[in-house]
Amino acid sequence: MSETKHANTLANLDLPEGERRYFCDARPEAVEPVKGIWEKFLNWARANSLWILGFGTGCGAIELRPLMTSRFDMYRFGVQPRPTPRQSGLFIIGGYASVKTMKRIVRSYEQMQGPKFVLGLGSCTVNGGMYWDSYNTVNRLDHYIPVDVYIAGCMPRPEALLAGIKTLQKRILSGEAEGQNEYARNFDWYKANQKSIIKDWNMPDYNW
Amino acid sequence: MTTKDREKYPVHVGGTEPFDLESGRYMKVWQGPQHPGITGNMSLELITSGDEVVDLKTHVGYLHRGFEKLMERRKWIQNFPLVCRICVPEPDFNEYLYAAAVEELSGLTVPERANWLRAMNLEMARLTSYLMWLGGQAGAFGMGTIGQWTVTMRDFMLDLFEELSGGRIYHMYIVPGGVRGDVPQGWFDRVWSTLTTVESVLDDVELVLFNNAVFKKRAGGLGVIDPDMVDRFGITGPNARAAGVRRDLRIDRPYLVYDELDFSIVTGDGLGVESDAYGRTKCRVAEMRQSIDLIRQMMDRMPEGPVHEAPPNVLHWKIPPGETYLSAECTRGEYGYYVVSDGSDKPRRIYVRGPSYTHAVALLEHMGPGTNIADTAGLMVSLHTYPPEIER
Amino acid sequence: MHDIRDLEKELKRRYGADGIQSNRDDLAFTAVKPHAVGDALAYLRDHWRYVHLDFITCVDLIEEGRLELVYMLRNHDAKHDLGVKTRIDRNRPVMESLHGHWAAVATYQRELREMFGIDFPGCPRVDEDFALEGWDEMPPMRRDFDTRAYSERTYFPRPGRTTSDPAEHMRTKQYPGRADL
Repeated sequence: MSETKHANTLANLDLPEGERRYFCDARPEAVEPVKGIWEKFLNWARANSLWILGFGTGCGAIELRPLMTSRFDMYRFGVQPRPTPRQSGLFIIGGYASVKTMKRIVRSYEQMQGPKFVLGLGSCTVNGGMYWDSYNTVNRLDHYIPVDVYIAGCMPRPEALLAGIKTLQKRILSGEAEGQNEYARNFDWYKANQKSIIKDWNMPDYNW
Repeated sequence: MTTKDREKYPVHVGGTEPFDLESGRYMKVWQGPQHPGITGNMSLELITSGDEVVDLKTHVGYLHRGFEKLMERRKWIQNFPLVCRICVPEPDFNEYLYAAAVEELSGLTVPERANWLRAMNLEMARLTSYLMWLGGQAGAFGMGTIGQWTVTMRDFMLDLFEELSGGRIYHMYIVPGGVRGDVPQGWFDRVWSTLTTVESVLDDVELVLFNNAVFKKRAGGLGVIDPDMVDRFGITGPNARAAGVRRDLRIDRPYLVYDELDFSIVTGDGLGVESDAYGRTKCRVAEMRQSIDLIRQMMDRMPEGPVHEAPPNVLHWKIPPGETYLSAECTRGEYGYYVVSDGSDKPRRIYVRGPSYTHAVALLEHMGPGTNIADTAGLMVSLHTYPPEIER
Repeated sequence: MHDIRDLEKELKRRYGADGIQSNRDDLAFTAVKPHAVGDALAYLRDHWRYVHLDFITCVDLIEEGRLELVYMLRNHDAKHDLGVKTRIDRNRPVMESLHGHWAAVATYQRELREMFGIDFPGCPRVDEDFALEGWDEMPPMRRDFDTRAYSERTYFPRPGRTTSDPAEHMRTKQYPGRADL
């Protein structure tokens, strides 16, 4: 059986030869926004139903738990945690990302279905924060995955998180939150950065 | 050491045979790095036979920031904002142990009121950490409501911390020479009323949790620790006390003001419980009440006086050469700081000893086989696994 | 029951320890040669009630060309901590694996292998990655590993940081003219 290959397929060289056929070899594609009132409606729906991936990647995870209680209550904004990337639309990177966690972040981010957004929580996502000279934490998160909104602080209060979510909602409504399309358009640059720090890449190139 | 040399030293496999994954009887499942109820990330490589775990290997390192290397690059005073971030639910133990080690090496004395405030800070941190843990333990067995109550109570305690030190999570309140500042006006009254609320919520939690048939059945018999395992695995803290071993650093080797307070060890046989997850939960809830009582005692007996004795110019502070090891009883067990100074203005070597180093790696790998795969999360939480202190 | 002078005599006689130096009444250090560490720890554990292993760590004495391992034991009854130190060659760091003494020793040894490059032949899982994945530089906790340089060339630093020395910053920017800063 012959398989038609697009001109733009990924090589997946880091997988063993026999396993390559099980995994996706297509590149991510940018999905252009629909025009006019329909896009406005879709953006309204996306902004008010941001389901976050329940992956507490760093320090910031401790301030995600109070958000689920009635005092700060993120559910009224339509935000709820989901256990699988397939069902989530917002990935909150809570704080620093070590190299080992970065590999899982990349894998989870690529498995999320579009439209998807990323919130960088804490100063560590901005410039490395407290661990700027550490040999195991990344300094600029947006060189590895696209970030839509940063929330500075160490660590930010739950109210700051809610303000960040509201900012993200505003950006989605105005059509500026195009992180996913940026990732698809600059896929090679992001992938080169990721592979330069993640040395034992035993995953497909695009983890869809 | 080449591969050929290594063949002379066969790897110790602990008496278990490797499992034949091709036979169709076993399946390898990776659980993690996110677990319900655990603050932190670690992976478990499970080999399961149906529902039962037959082998468990831990993988840590998701939260490794290289603290010890970073601390060697910063001046002594610059490390204070850094050390509290090693342990997120209860950062004050780090601040206290580092400050005490620095004071011991440099000969700085601490005023008496500062010691009382430090001890009060530590007990409040213990209480907030236990509240978070309790939500995690109940949540790991599917009881999410308890987490909602306890995390809200933890929020009220964090409000008190914020009023005292300016930060909800990371306080940086305990500094060399004492504490950063005295308590605000009326703060003690607010602590008192918050503690009353926390106690009433603890009554509700006890009613709901310990009479729940699901919790009794799932947590009962889970992760049994025998007293003779305690020294072999280096188990400390409530894990050991629930097994009947009477060890508490606050009583055995009192530090700060614990020798002046009136409290006794909480053990499993003292409460009439077995040494399983259910018993450990009961012990920890009893220790929460003990913490509340200790905070009240400290507020009653706190002396007046200064709270800080200024060290020399901290930007050019050279600590005399020496080494020390200090340990404290944190929520999970014995927490220790090994600090080596070589006379310069930066530390030579700081080693942070966290209790989860022994509980969550060697002990978990020993107790994992035989449990149901649905209970591994509950087992991890009942040992109070906290991955960041394993890899720092 | 527990006399530190008797202990000192016994350790000197049996394992060639160079005496016990006490920092406080409940903390002391002693040093033995690397080949005697396993026996000394077992002796302390079985005959002097130092049953609890606090930690095993290492200090990189780069100026002497050696790595100093510290095994900290605790005696609960006598309320005493004893640190047993030993020094191994920094260029060929190999140490006997003591994973049979306590269950947690294997974990400490795995970490030392990764962070300092000390080999413990026979220790279970010692060749596996512990905290770092795919690390191919020198062991990071060694003194000659420059973590800032590594971070700057590997992880894209955000420009804008001029100095990390608070004294210099205060002297030049915030309080110029103050000689005592």
